[in-house]
Amino acid sequence: MYSFKMERAESLTSALERFGDSDDAVYLAGGHTLIPAMKQRLRAPEDVIDLSGIPGLRDILVTQDGIEIGAMATHAAVAGSAHVKTHIPVLADLAGGIGDRQVRNRGTIGGSIANNDPAADYPAAVLGLDARIVTDRRTIASGDFFKAMFETALEPDEIIRAIQFPKIERAAYLKFPNPASRYAMVGVLIACISDEVRIAITGAAPSVFRAADFEVALSESFSESSISELTLPSDTMNDDIHASADYRAHLCKVLIGRGVQMLSDH
Amino acid sequence: MEAIKLQVNGRKRTVHCATNATLVDVIREQLHLTGTHVGCDTSQCGACTVHLDGDAVKACTILAAQCDGSTLTTIEGLAQNEVHHPMQQAFNECHGLQCGFCTPGMIMSAVDLVHKEEELSPEAIRSALEGNICRCTGYQNIVAAVVQGAAGMKEQQS
Repeated sequence: MYSFKMERAESLTSALERFGDSDDAVYLAGGHTLIPAMKQRLRAPEDVIDLSGIPGLRDILVTQDGIEIGAMATHAAVAGSAHVKTHIPVLADLAGGIGDRQVRNRGTIGGSIANNDPAADYPAAVLGLDARIVTDRRTIASGDFFKAMFETALEPDEIIRAIQFPKIERAAYLKFPNPASRYAMVGVLIACISDEVRIAITGAAPSVFRAADFEVALSESFSESSISELTLPSDTMNDDIHASADYRAHLCKVLIGRGVQMLSDH
Repeated sequence: MEAIKLQVNGRKRTVHCATNATLVDVIREQLHLTGTHVGCDTSQCGACTVHLDGDAVKACTILAAQCDGSTLTTIEGLAQNEVHHPMQQAFNECHGLQCGFCTPGMIMSAVDLVHKEEELSPEAIRSALEGNICRCTGYQNIVAAVVQGAAGMKEQQS
């Protein structure tokens, strides 16, 4: 790891100021992507601004229309939160399946979505459950947030404060993990939000995406037969040593089918 | 350089280290607690697992500078009055190790698991130890050791 200067921000304002004063700064949340990247010298920032001392960023609150999760809440905190388990059980399940126990004790929801790893789990939850991302300066709709592989709508110095999720009981997350890394080769989140079905898929393509044709068909009739003729195009899928694009496209449909079955039995 | 205050295995310590030192660097090279191992150094193997403010974490993936004011327990902090912790005893009795390199991390993860989870079936233990890799393929006895160690910890509490 190259050397750097460490700054501990006491507030969002001081974090933004320190970022502005630096030529090459990076924010540190849980550090479970940033620190490995710095150790491999893939990242070599001059200034690292630690956000862990900013008060209030870890809170998980019940609001009038949902649950607001502070950006610095760890995966373990989300998985174990009674509020999340009661009002959005699928989100607690998803968080409890990220990485391993030690990683879940450090990794944060804000760090995960700001990083937008193509195989991360949280982007599927944020897009599938139609969450809102609250930053130091604005609120971003889930559909506008994830731009491309490792790219989001965040400005370079923008800090996520919290993620607002609606209460959704009828939803499922189906993950087909890579047998070695346990990252999602494909992860499908299906949510029934009143009459609308939303499907967000992670791991399969360079960035999380919605399966629009499947959403329309399932919103009309929530059954496996209504999607039997549909396919996902493989030309937009990742193709690597772990799985071919065709395999991933097929896997998406298989997992959507299993999700429909699970939610129908409910 | 950073000056970091820590409560290490019950004792107050202040260490001076480079800003880019990881927690495991400080544990091994400044505190000389070499029971915490570095297997992969890429957040995968779990040999460096310690308890930071009560949570099992991978000390290779945390900067020491992030830990100022924290409470740290390493494998050396488990035994009390030279008597093994029930989980250490169980790993010994069940032969939950072969070469022993992964064992400190396995035990720290297992203790954290027993502290936090009520139900510990062998399946739950296998899935909970996902962040600890044993390359001697000794998982069978590791799971047996965690089952026995959990029972020992409950007995000690009661």
